[in-house]
Formats: sequence, structure tokens, C-alpha cells
Amino acid sequence: MAALFRRELTPVQVVKKSREDRFSAREIISGIFTDFIELHGDRYAGDDASVIGGLANLGGQPVTVIAIDKGTDIKDKLAKRNGSPEPYGYRKATRLMDQAAKFGRPIITFINTPGAFPGKSAEDQGQGEAIADSILQSMKYPVPMIAIVYGEGGSGGALALATSDQVWMFQNATYSILSPEGFAAILWKDAKRSGEAAELMGLTPNDLLANGIIEYIVPESRSHNRVFNLVRAKLLEEIQQLQSLTTTELVAKRRARFRAF
Amino acid sequence: MDLFNNTTVSTPKIKRDANLNDRIPDGLFLACPYCGAQLYSKQLGDHRVCPACGYGFRLQARERVALMTTDFEELDADLKLADTDFPGYAGKLERAQQQTELGDSVLTGIATLEDQKVALGIMDSYFIMGSLGTITGEKITRLFEHATAAKLPVILFTASGGARMQEGIHSLMQMAKVSAAVAAHQEAGLPYIVILTDPTMGGVTASFAMQGDITLAEPHALVGFAGKRVIEQTIHEKLPKEFQRAETVLENGFIDAIVQRPAMTATLAQLVRFHQTQEVK
Repeated sequence: MAALFRRELTPVQVVKKSREDRFSAREIISGIFTDFIELHGDRYAGDDASVIGGLANLGGQPVTVIAIDKGTDIKDKLAKRNGSPEPYGYRKATRLMDQAAKFGRPIITFINTPGAFPGKSAEDQGQGEAIADSILQSMKYPVPMIAIVYGEGGSGGALALATSDQVWMFQNATYSILSPEGFAAILWKDAKRSGEAAELMGLTPNDLLANGIIEYIVPESRSHNRVFNLVRAKLLEEIQQLQSLTTTELVAKRRARFRAF
Repeated sequence: MDLFNNTTVSTPKIKRDANLNDRIPDGLFLACPYCGAQLYSKQLGDHRVCPACGYGFRLQARERVALMTTDFEELDADLKLADTDFPGYAGKLERAQQQTELGDSVLTGIATLEDQKVALGIMDSYFIMGSLGTITGEKITRLFEHATAAKLPVILFTASGGARMQEGIHSLMQMAKVSAAVAAHQEAGLPYIVILTDPTMGGVTASFAMQGDITLAEPHALVGFAGKRVIEQTIHEKLPKEFQRAETVLENGFIDAIVQRPAMTATLAQLVRFHQTQEVK
């Protein structure tokens, strides 16, 4: 496996790569799972295209899959606001996670978002409350939860779906408090210093693994199938481990994971 | 004709007093940040409220606790961040600590409001804009843990610009850490009351500020997730003055009530009393 990390990229390069369209959510879902059936809507405000959710089969076991997607072509990207969910996108995710908890299904989330959408209607509909509720409910679900950041993991918009038992990252993904541009703009009032910010922020998978923020780095390969096979095998292994715990132990362990920060 | 050529007579020299600013005390007159009214500072009264619009001026955490109760026992007073390797952060932190007499951006403790014993947390916007650092998260988490063990309600005044940039991803993790403590407190059947004060933004809004059983706010407090400027740049549209103000957020359904500062203690005590009947065994 180490051979896959042949050439280590600089943080600036990782940021750039994480924003490329390397994987789409639908490709990941069909590559790892079988029999995916998509479920739409939050039941109150609408259906957010940037959050794809539904039921799928993982090695003979039903699981709930939720993925934030940036879209594939211009039209799709516009509809999905380049992977920035609206409050009703997070509420759809929470609804599907509630359901997973009810039926004892593991929850697997895939994250690729620059952050929750900063819009007027998003604020009016309670973007903060939607994320806060997703995080709070995630602290209670008595089922295994694994989050995988496969592109950008931007701020609270990513954390909303990453309050899990384990967080993994693709080799060329990032996970951070804010984009390097936003970080530089806030701290130094100069978005052009994003390169410097990227170096300081420790947002690469290697830095985050060293800091204990994530559990595992998924090595990427030109063959997407190879990546998907690896993720599937690892998911089966880890979910089985998590299922060996009682639900009380599982929830306590998840809370302890975050208590340590 | 000499009369018109003699210019020295008509221009008397008035000397500017170089020490003028030293003789006038600072902060005597101020403008209300919300309605713009020009106010003499004593008009604000003890509660520091604009007489024209009811806006509550930003208070330091210790000022606020003094307004509400004399019975306050501070928790984790000495908790401070140990490793501050981000450039320029250590100095910034030290200045904030001196100014606010706090270890980080929140003051926590056990207080008695009228006759009600509560776990009280007050965020301080004068401490690096009340940003959510590791110690802020730790103190709030410990407050919830203490309240859960001692079967106390939690009352939390939020005031924050959002995440603490200098602490990076660790700041983000505080949102989840505090949420876990809120979950345990909820499961123990205890009430959690949030008071949104000016400003409550970003990661704090997207976590414990919006997880209360009851959510109150001070008049005209700024409450939101994304910053106004970021939204304006995204949607290319100027936003109205009322955008993200407590009254608008209440209209949108995310706040239970807006409470004037002088009535706050009595309101909180009454809310706690309402939750007590089941607790007494």
C-alpha cells in the first residue's frame, strides 16, 4: 500500500487536486454498493439535489448511504451549487439517518463540499439549525457510522455528516475549518495568501491522520475500481467490528472519540 | 490703502490645545450600532441598553454575570491553552486574557438566578470575537458534564463570530465535542436554555447555539451561519438591514422569544421553575 504514496504532494497541490472532479458521488455509490435505491426529500421544504441519499446493499447487508455531490456538468453543478447543501439537504440527511437508526442499518456518508451554501434563503430556513441538529442527532444513533471525505471537506457543512465513529479521507482530499482562501481573508484580510494558509492549516490527510482527526487514508489509484474494492473491503471489516459492540458501547465510544479533542 | 494691505490684523491665531483629547474622557458619547442614535453613555443605564431601540450593547462576561446574580461560583477558571504555535497567536491570546480576565472566550460556573440554581455559561465577544477555541469548547463541555452529574439546568449566553481560525480543525471538532455533552444532558431529562446575544454566528450557530430546548435572544442581536458579506458576494445582491437580526430569525421560526435585558434574569428563573416539577422527587 505504501507504494501508492510514492510522491507526496504539497498542501497547495492537495487542495487543487481535492477540487478536481476525480470521483462523482454516483460513481462511488455504484462502485462500492449494489442495488442502490435513491430516496428523495426532507418532507418539509423540498429535495436538495446536492445530497444524494438512499438504501444500498453492502456485502449482503442493507446500509444507508448519503453523499454530497458537486455535480458532473455545468447544469448539474449549478443545480447542486457545486456541492453546497441547503438546509433541506441536511434535513434530508437527518431524516435518512433517523430511519437508519430505526431499522438498525449502518450509515455511510461520502463528503465533498466547499461548505454549506451561503445564501439568503439558506439563512432564512435555518442553515445553522439544520447543521446543529444533524450533529446532535448523530451523537445518538445506535448504529455504526462511517464518514468518508472524498474531495473537499469544508467546515461545518462537512462536519454535519462527519460526526461518526470513524472518519476516513481519500488520499487527495482535504478537511478543514474553512477554505484556505477564506482563512487568509479572515486572518490577514488577503485571500491571495491562500497558499501560505494551506501550508499552515494542516488540512491534508497525512496531517489530519497524525493529529488523530481521522482514522484512515484511502489510497487513490488511476483505476477507480481498485479504490472502490478497497473501500468496500475496509467498510465490511470495520462495520463488523463496530457491530460487535453493544449499542450503548457504540454511542459512548463515538462520544468519547470527540471528547478527546 | 494701508488698511487693506494689512493682513495681520484680521487673522487672530487660535492655538489648538494639543492635550485636548486627554482632558475629555473616552466613551462619553456613543452611537447605537443598530439604530445609530447618538447617546450619552449614562443614558444606557446599568444594563447598557439603547433607550431608542432596545439594542443591548455588547457586555463582557463578567459584567453580565454581575448584572444577573451575586451568587456565582466559577468553574475551570485557570483553564488555558498550552500550545499556541500559530504565528502571532500566543500574543493575541494573552492580550485577550488580560482584557477580559478569562482563560478563554467563555465564563462558566454555578449560579443562583433568583431562587434557582443553574449551570451558567457566558461567552465573551471581547475575547477574540468570542471565537470557538479548544478551551472554549472544553469549558462548555465540562459545564454540561457537571450539570448532568449535578442534575442542573444549563443556561448559556452565546456570543461568537464563529470558529477560532488559529486553531484550525481543532476548532471545528469543538462543535461535535460540545454536541456530545448536550446529547447526554438532554438524555438525562434536563433543560437547556440558550440566549443568543449579539453576535452569534458560524460554528456556534451551527452547533450548541441551536440545540437548546428553549432559544431566547436579545433585541436586534445578529444571529446567523454565514457572514453577510459572503452571502452578498455569492448571490450578488444587497441584503436588508433586518437580515439575520433576532426579530427576523424569530419570524423564520428559530427563536422562541426575544427578551429585553432588564427582564432576562426573571424570565430565565421562571423558565427554570417551569421545568422543576418533574425533577423534585
